[in-house]
Amino acid sequence: MLDSAVSIFTAGRNMARLMEGLWITLEISAVSVALSMIFGIAVGLLMTSRHRFWKIATRLYLETVRVIPILVLLFLFYYTLSRNWGINLNSVVVAVLVFTLWGTAEMADLVRGAITSMPNHQRESGRAIGLTEAQINRYIIIPQAVRRLIPGVINLTTRMIKTTPFVFFINVPELTKVGQQIVEVAGMKNYMASFWVYGFIFFLYFIICWPISKLSLHLESKWQN
Amino acid sequence: MKKTAAISAASLLATLILALTLTLVSAPARAEGELEEIKRSGKIRIGVFSDKPPFGYVDENGENQGYDIYLARRIAKDLMGDENKIQFVLVEAASRIEVLESNKVDLVLANFTVTPERAEKVDFARPYMKVALGVVSPENATITNVAQLKGHKLIVNKGTTADAYFSKNHPEIKLVKYDQNTEAFNALRDGRGVALAHDNTLIFAWINENPGFVAGIDFLGNLDAIAPAVKKGNTELLDWINEEMATLGQEKFFHKAYDKTLKPIYGNSVDPETVVVEGGKM
Repeated sequence: MLDSAVSIFTAGRNMARLMEGLWITLEISAVSVALSMIFGIAVGLLMTSRHRFWKIATRLYLETVRVIPILVLLFLFYYTLSRNWGINLNSVVVAVLVFTLWGTAEMADLVRGAITSMPNHQRESGRAIGLTEAQINRYIIIPQAVRRLIPGVINLTTRMIKTTPFVFFINVPELTKVGQQIVEVAGMKNYMASFWVYGFIFFLYFIICWPISKLSLHLESKWQN
Repeated sequence: MKKTAAISAASLLATLILALTLTLVSAPARAEGELEEIKRSGKIRIGVFSDKPPFGYVDENGENQGYDIYLARRIAKDLMGDENKIQFVLVEAASRIEVLESNKVDLVLANFTVTPERAEKVDFARPYMKVALGVVSPENATITNVAQLKGHKLIVNKGTTADAYFSKNHPEIKLVKYDQNTEAFNALRDGRGVALAHDNTLIFAWINENPGFVAGIDFLGNLDAIAPAVKKGNTELLDWINEEMATLGQEKFFHKAYDKTLKPIYGNSVDPETVVVEGGKM
């Protein structure tokens, strides 16, 4: 039985193809996560702003992105933009764009939560000892907010990585799609093909996401004191 | 701090918007897929399957292969002067119309069955293959008649002719739908339905490799045509392909394609004449 598994992965360039698929998955996730962090912090800060305009605008953005399924956003940017307005975007660009839109919204809400959950007396105590607002943010609020942010950010990161298989709907040959291609060719003769290939893909996702969770635990315990 | 944060955030957003606009502008937008445009671009974009052997799949070396691909390479050779001047866009069964309408490809060669509904949305060229439906079931509980399926679950692939046929003509049969052929056939093995309906040719091929199952119904519905499709109104490319089909018919091109791509899978159990269409004449 193991022979049947080994033969799937050793046939031709199958292993290399899976790795290429994994690379695309990682590329899309890494770029989207990085962009989401940057824009998420900015939008998150805006959400805590006292200006009505920013409050409403960011809220609207967050709620819109959150209620629309990722798949719909992908189709919207890949097909509808091109069909109705002639804006023909490359599928990887669409993937990064949609994932960043989604990640930014989620990240912004995490940042907002971390900042507003800070008790008011922290800020007041800072003022009492004569710190400026900038110093209060720099030395009191932000360091504590970052700690509260970590679990949510890690959770968001692994969720984004695990959602990337959706991009095969817009014709990106990422890991899961390559796996499917291999299964369909090998599966005509090998009933176990899908078990081995999807099992291996499960393993790949695990070894990507597990260290990230580990890192989160490590940071949390390190910052406990 | 609040203000500076707001300003820096706003400028970041502005950068994002700018970056997006630049991407939009630099994205290749092909106007109407006309012949000259395609030739000038240096590559014809053909929508093909990447996971539907033996019609369109990616082999273990990462190369596109199959009956559809065999035709795609020939079209590239005759239109572009080089069989490698193709950009394969890997499509899903359910997105074949969408990729044409949204101008992601010039041509779809993805085992695309001609139906009146589809013909309203895309333009089909002359066919290069024909197919009917079949129903496969386990040997010890063979389904030989559609009436037997009433009240039972039938496995089909989403967006295929089988899906359309049973949804329309037999709403009393409960369909269990899958995206992938392997998923669907595995579901049949696992007993998630009493039978599976698909193109009869594919069913013959699968039975060849999987004893214990039989095609209780080997011909169902109409004899359907499988044809290349272009975007609605792209008559220039459509006419060219129709002429090409006529030319290819004279040299029995599709019999060669059958021998190269389908015969190794179907074996000798299938008569090529039941599958191949030459010169676009059914």
